[in-house]
This record gives sequence, structure tokens and C-alpha cells, in this order.
Amino acid sequence: MTAPSTGSGASTRPGTAVLAVGDVVAERTVHLTRESLVRYAGASGDFNPIHYRDDVAAAVGLPGVLAHGMLTMGLAIGTIQSWLGDAGRILEYGVRFTKPVVVDPETGADVTVVAKVGAVDDESARIDLTVSHNGTTVLVKAQVRVRTG
Amino acid sequence: MPVNPELVGREFPPTAPYLVGREKVREFARAVFADDPQHIDPTAAQALGYTDVVAPPTFAIVVTDATLQQLLAEPDSGIVLQNVLHAEQKFRYTRPIVAGDELTATLSVTGIRAMGGNAMVTSDSEIRDAEGEHVVTATSILLVGEGDA
Repeated sequence: MTAPSTGSGASTRPGTAVLAVGDVVAERTVHLTRESLVRYAGASGDFNPIHYRDDVAAAVGLPGVLAHGMLTMGLAIGTIQSWLGDAGRILEYGVRFTKPVVVDPETGADVTVVAKVGAVDDESARIDLTVSHNGTTVLVKAQVRVRTG
Repeated sequence: MPVNPELVGREFPPTAPYLVGREKVREFARAVFADDPQHIDPTAAQALGYTDVVAPPTFAIVVTDATLQQLLAEPDSGIVLQNVLHAEQKFRYTRPIVAGDELTATLSVTGIRAMGGNAMVTSDSEIRDAEGEHVVTATSILLVGEGDA
């Protein structure tokens, strides 16, 4: 994984400054390997073999071993945590799983997350996460509603 | 439709209490690349007003999993595990999960919608602490296809 890089709006924390729609608040690229998938399987208890066995993935017609959708969802919101500060500011987080992330046994897979302000009201903001792999969006409507007041 | 429509409105018994451990939170945080200190360092979490390390937002799925297992195990559900895809996931938080929490989850099936030969099954898993206070509700949408085990 590469170090998290901060975007143009990184100095504007929620509640301390005005957020403008379109501001990038955080972004990063996370490199996943097969070890990442085994680690997530153990930590989460999701031992579906399509996430670590090539033969099982092939038998059910998948293009390869896939990252857990919940791993992608988890690493996506982790991108904004240091910008956000207190996790208690998170009111809602939702995603749709649309495209799988195939993790090559030798080269792994890069997942890129860009977090932008999508909407702002008096007490909260919607942060839209663009989550992509090989130029393809893998989560859609990945939105976090955070308390700003 | 591959799912019994009579599941709608069915509520399941609360799961056995899940005691959130500090090392489990750290293990999960590492697995989802959640590198903010509040997930790892009790002192950083205490500085934000928490008694111990704060679980990353998607940790709620670990507690929810026991309820989804109840649904899959229901003898009249019609659901076959290998035909299930996780289509959408949403969390609504009252507060973050913190190490030391003892959590129970209660599942209810809120909707089943036919989609071609498949079914979209929506369920809410309501997670409460030992005092019975609401912590987070996890809404999962599963896409269930046809086929025998």
C-alpha cells in the first residue's frame, strides 16, 4: 500500500471550515495481494473460498480470485478517517457492489479511492467515494454521510 | 422466484452476545487498511472520548454475519448459499463500535423483490449494546439466484 496522499481540501476538516461541493478531501491507492485477502478472511470470518482458491473461483465461472466486497468497502472509507477525525461523525455509509476486483496471484491489484464532497447542508455533508480498479468503477453510490456540526 | 416470499416480516431471535476485543479491533483495522490511530492506540481513542480503541465502520459486518447465517439456515428460505451475491450494503450509526462493547444483532427481512429469475432480499440487522441501546443498523441486499445445492 502506498502512503495516503491528501487532496486539495485536506486542511479543511468537517466542522472547522466550509466544505465546498467537489472538494477532494482525501485519496489513496491500496495495493491488494492474496495475503491481503487471507488476512481479511481471518479478521472478518468470511472464508468463502472464491477469495483465496483459484480452482473454486474458476469452477463457479469467475475470472479469478476476487477481493471480498466488504474489504473494498472497508478500505474505501478508511481513506477519509484521518481527515474526518472522530469516527463518531459517521452517520451513514452505503455502497453497491458492481464489479469484482480480481487479485492476481503474482501482481495483486490496485484499488484507488478518491473522496469528494458531494453535498453539504447545515449539519452534515455527503462524501462521495470513487473506488476504481484498472480504471473501472467497482463500487457505485459509495456515499458517507458525516456530521459536520 | 428462488426465495420463499413468506420470509418478509419475519424477525429472528437476537444473536448470542458478541464481546468486542481490543486485539480483534486492531486485527480488523489492519485487514481493511484502517491506519488511523483511533483504531489501534487506546490513548488516541481516549483523546476522542472513547473508553478503548474504536472499530472501523465496517466492523459491524462481523456482528451482522451471525444474523445472515440465521437467514441462510432457515429451512424454508429456499436460499442456496452458492447462489448468493452481496449486492448492496448500508450502515446507519448511532455511535461507533468500541472495544469492550457486548453486542447483539436482531435480523428482520424487510423486502423480497423478484428480478428476472432472481430475487433481491433486503434485511435489517439491528445491533444493540448490553444496555439495549442502538449502536448501528446494517441493511444488506442479497441477490439470490436459482439453482440447487
